[in-house]
Formats: sequence, C-alpha cells, structure tokens
Amino acid sequence: MSFRQKIACVVLALVMGASLGANWLAPDGYARQYREVTDAAPSRTHWLGTDELGRDRFARVLYGTRISLLLAPAAALLSTLAAAVIGGLAGYLGGAWARLAMAVTDLFLSLPWLFLLITARALMPLNVSPLTSVAVTFLLLGTLGWTAAARVLCASAAALRKSDFVRQARAAGTSGTRLFWVHVAPNLKPVLYAQFWLSIPVFILSEANLGILGLGIAEPMPSWGSLLKELEGLVSVGEQPWKFVSLILLIVVVTSFQLLLSGQEEIAA
Amino acid sequence: MGRLGRKIMGHILSLVATVLVGGFLSATLVRLAPGFDSDERELDPHLNSQSVQALRDARQHDRNITRFYFSYMRRAVHGDFGNSISLGQPVRTLLRDRAPLTIRLLLFGLGLAWLLTAALALSAAWLRLSIYDAMATTLSGTFLCLPAAVLALFSVLWNLPGALAIALIVFPHTYRYSRNLLLKAYSQPHIITARAKGLGEARILFWHVVPIVIPQLLAVAGISVSMAIGAAIPVEALCGLAGIGQLAWQAALGRDLPLLVNITVLVTLVTLLANSSADVIGCVIRGQEA
Repeated sequence: MSFRQKIACVVLALVMGASLGANWLAPDGYARQYREVTDAAPSRTHWLGTDELGRDRFARVLYGTRISLLLAPAAALLSTLAAAVIGGLAGYLGGAWARLAMAVTDLFLSLPWLFLLITARALMPLNVSPLTSVAVTFLLLGTLGWTAAARVLCASAAALRKSDFVRQARAAGTSGTRLFWVHVAPNLKPVLYAQFWLSIPVFILSEANLGILGLGIAEPMPSWGSLLKELEGLVSVGEQPWKFVSLILLIVVVTSFQLLLSGQEEIAA
Repeated sequence: MGRLGRKIMGHILSLVATVLVGGFLSATLVRLAPGFDSDERELDPHLNSQSVQALRDARQHDRNITRFYFSYMRRAVHGDFGNSISLGQPVRTLLRDRAPLTIRLLLFGLGLAWLLTAALALSAAWLRLSIYDAMATTLSGTFLCLPAAVLALFSVLWNLPGALAIALIVFPHTYRYSRNLLLKAYSQPHIITARAKGLGEARILFWHVVPIVIPQLLAVAGISVSMAIGAAIPVEALCGLAGIGQLAWQAALGRDLPLLVNITVLVTLVTLLANSSADVIGCVIRGQEA
C-alpha cells in the first residue's frame, strides 16, 4: 500500500468513525428544530450553523454521512452479488446463455445511468416514509448497477472456463456444480472484491445526484444528496461557505476511495 | 456477407429488438399507469348514461395489454406517442419543442469536452512530463469526484453556460480513457524503435500513435454521447433549460409514466445508434489499416 493510499485509509476511517459516533457527537439528532435560530451562521452551540428549518447542520452532516456511507456499500454488495450470479454463470456456461446475458447487459449499459435511475425511481411511489425512501434508493442502485460488473465477471469466468486446470478437473470427472463452486467461484473473488469497491464511489455520487434532483432519500432524513440540495439557493460561493461542508466531505471521501482503488482498477479490468 | 456486413446487421437487429422490447415495456407501463382506466369526461354532468357508456366502450379495446401494445406500436410508427398526464399535451409536441435545445446543448457540450480531452491528452502524451501528467490527471480526477448535479449548480451560481457543465461532466471520463490509450500506444515496440531512430515527437504522435488509437477513441466517443445525455438531466433541470432532460425530470417528479418511458426508449435508441455508428466506423478504419 502506497503512502497516498494509507492517507486515504486514515481519512475514510476518520469520516466513518465520526459518522458512526453521530449519536454521541450530536445527541440531539438530525431532526430537532431550533426555531429561534433558523438559517444561522456557525456558533458555539451550532458548529456549522443551522438550516432554514432551524436544524443543526453539524448533526445533519454527521447523520447524512452515515446514511450515505452505509447505503453505498450495501447497494454495492447487492449489485456485486447480482453481477456474480448473472455474469459469473453466463461466463461459466458460455454459448447462448452468455450471448443472451451479455445482450441484456449491453442494452442496460447503453442506457444513460441517470435516465435509468430516474425512470425506475418514478415507477415507485415518491411520497413514502424516510426509511422506505432509504430502502428504495438502496434497492434501486443495487439492482440497476450490476451491468458493468457483470460484463467483467462474464469475461473472467469465460477465461477460467477455458483454463487448463478447469479442463483437467472436467476431464477428471468433476461435476459441473462442484467445478463452479470449488474451482471457478474462488478464482473470481479478486474480481468480485474489485468490482465491489469500485461501485461504492459510483453509488455515492448517484445517490447525491438523485438527492439534489429531489428523487432520493425523503426529508427529514439527511443524506449527502439532500444536504447538497441546500446549495441550490446560494447566490455566491463566499456568501455562506459553511454550507459547502457536505460537498467538501463528499469530495474528500470519493477522492479517498479513488486513491484506494487505483490498484483495484487493473484487477477489475 | 463480410465481417463489416455482419456487424452492421447485428447492430440493426439490436436496434430493432430494442424498439420491440422497449415498445412493449412502454406500452405495459402506460397501460398499467394510474389513471389509465379513468376518463375525466365521464364526470361531465351534460353527458347522459349512453354517452358515458360509449366512452367506456371506446376504452374497452385498450384493456388487453397485447392488443394495446400493437395499437401503441402502430401509433408510435406514425409519431403518436400518446399524451403526457402531468402536462396534458401530446408527447410528440413536447419532444419536438424541446429537442432543439437539448441537441444544441449536447453538441456544444460534447464538442467542448472532446476539445479539452484532445488538448490535455495529446499535450500530456507529447510533452511526457510527469508533473504535467499529474496535474492533468488531478484536474480530471477532481471533476470525477463531483456529482453531475453539483457541477450544474455551480454553472448556475457562476452564470456559466449549460454546455460547459456538460463538458466538465463528460471530460474526466474521456480524458482518462484517451490518456490510457495513448500511453499504451506509446509503449508499443514500433514506437520505441521510431524514437530510437530519431523521429520527431510530433511525427511519432500524429503518424504512429494517433492512427492506432482512433478506432478505440471512436468507441469512447460513442459512450460519451450516452454520458452527455445522462448529464443533460441535472444540467437542464437545475439551470432551468427547457430541454428533454428537464422534461424527463419533470415527468419523474410528476410520475408521468407515458412521457418518461417514451423519452427513455427514444434516448436508448439515440445512444444505441451513436454506439453502433462508432463501432461500424471503427471497424471500417481497422479494415482499411489491415
């Protein structure tokens, strides 16, 4: 691990630690309103000021970070599992299965990601409880984000199917199921790990985009998307710089992931 | 049939399959959309029971999804995509009114993105200075870490054109691919030999490196169209530009499925067409080189 990657690890651990400790760092919660100090500047009691509804921005940033940082890996896990099943099996079985699976994958890949997301989001109810909106966003990202990973996994599984040790195992009479679970699947692990980690920053950014467009996690629950929506009303950058904290945090986290994943991209390819 | 012919045929089949499958999905979603079975005219107190029954009978034909699909496809072939629920206008009119702005925005945005990509990637490949390469990579990496919607918000904040926001959303991806392709081409043995023989950097770049990477760059160009179309949603929605991206966003917020699904199918066709064209042109170039 290089020096830059170590720093990225430390930064991610700090941000994750702070967000997980939100209950202790901001015990009043993200929804409590301080009606006498709405849209206030940073102060001793409110380190990052308050939003237009009088809610403590520091608390909202901490809780929002926690939701975004837990949601993205959960969605990445779901999409990697879907990719493993669809891409891995298609590559292992080959022939018509692989062609059919890759045709569907290519069709999904040709669709602009945001179009696909908002179309699928619009199919589900928009007026839902905050917790349901978290589940909907997580399921949406997880079930639609598997295509690129499935393509890579299909290619890797196809290469393994043609490898000498798999041919030898097949010649020795190993059954198809055992061949897949004992010989092919364990060798796909590095690609699966790489795809899982590569999906996380993509899903963080996708959630932020959905949130800013008003199609993400519902109020009053905060997420980076809903926190960034605050920037919509700004007239100049210097006007209320503390409103940019969530954006800076998002950039820092995504950059840390990119640094950490610089080696993983080669495995994933 | 030659390799090129088979490729073109494959792309045409893929487009036809997309139209048929996409059309079926559109028809199903439109048919199942809330409010499909109701007609406001039935509430008109001036209509007698026979007229109300006549209206109901007229809709009876569309109750069966398969029948509805065929009639939907027949209408779609003639450019009739139905009516928008939220805006109360024909989808065709809405698309016709908004398409010019989106096309202009995409053309300028993509042009600018590729201009930036070419300038940075070619100069980085030509100069081969690690500091310059690191700076260009950091710049593209920074934009890569920003959500597209935030770039759109900044373009509103600083009063910048929407096309620039699209360019800054697309450029980091195209730059990364182009830079990697150029670096890979530079490591080829014949390029190393050309340099050892004392050929100038400009001649190596434009005569030996760029021709190798053109087919792959064309594939990236095809993908960049898809990225730009995706970027048009936040840019048009947040910059207040009345294009197809904003229409899709409004349709999503209003759960206007007939409008949204039709837009998505059309956008899929455009991106498939762009990718197929890039693939076929790349194939032609590779054929000429061979």
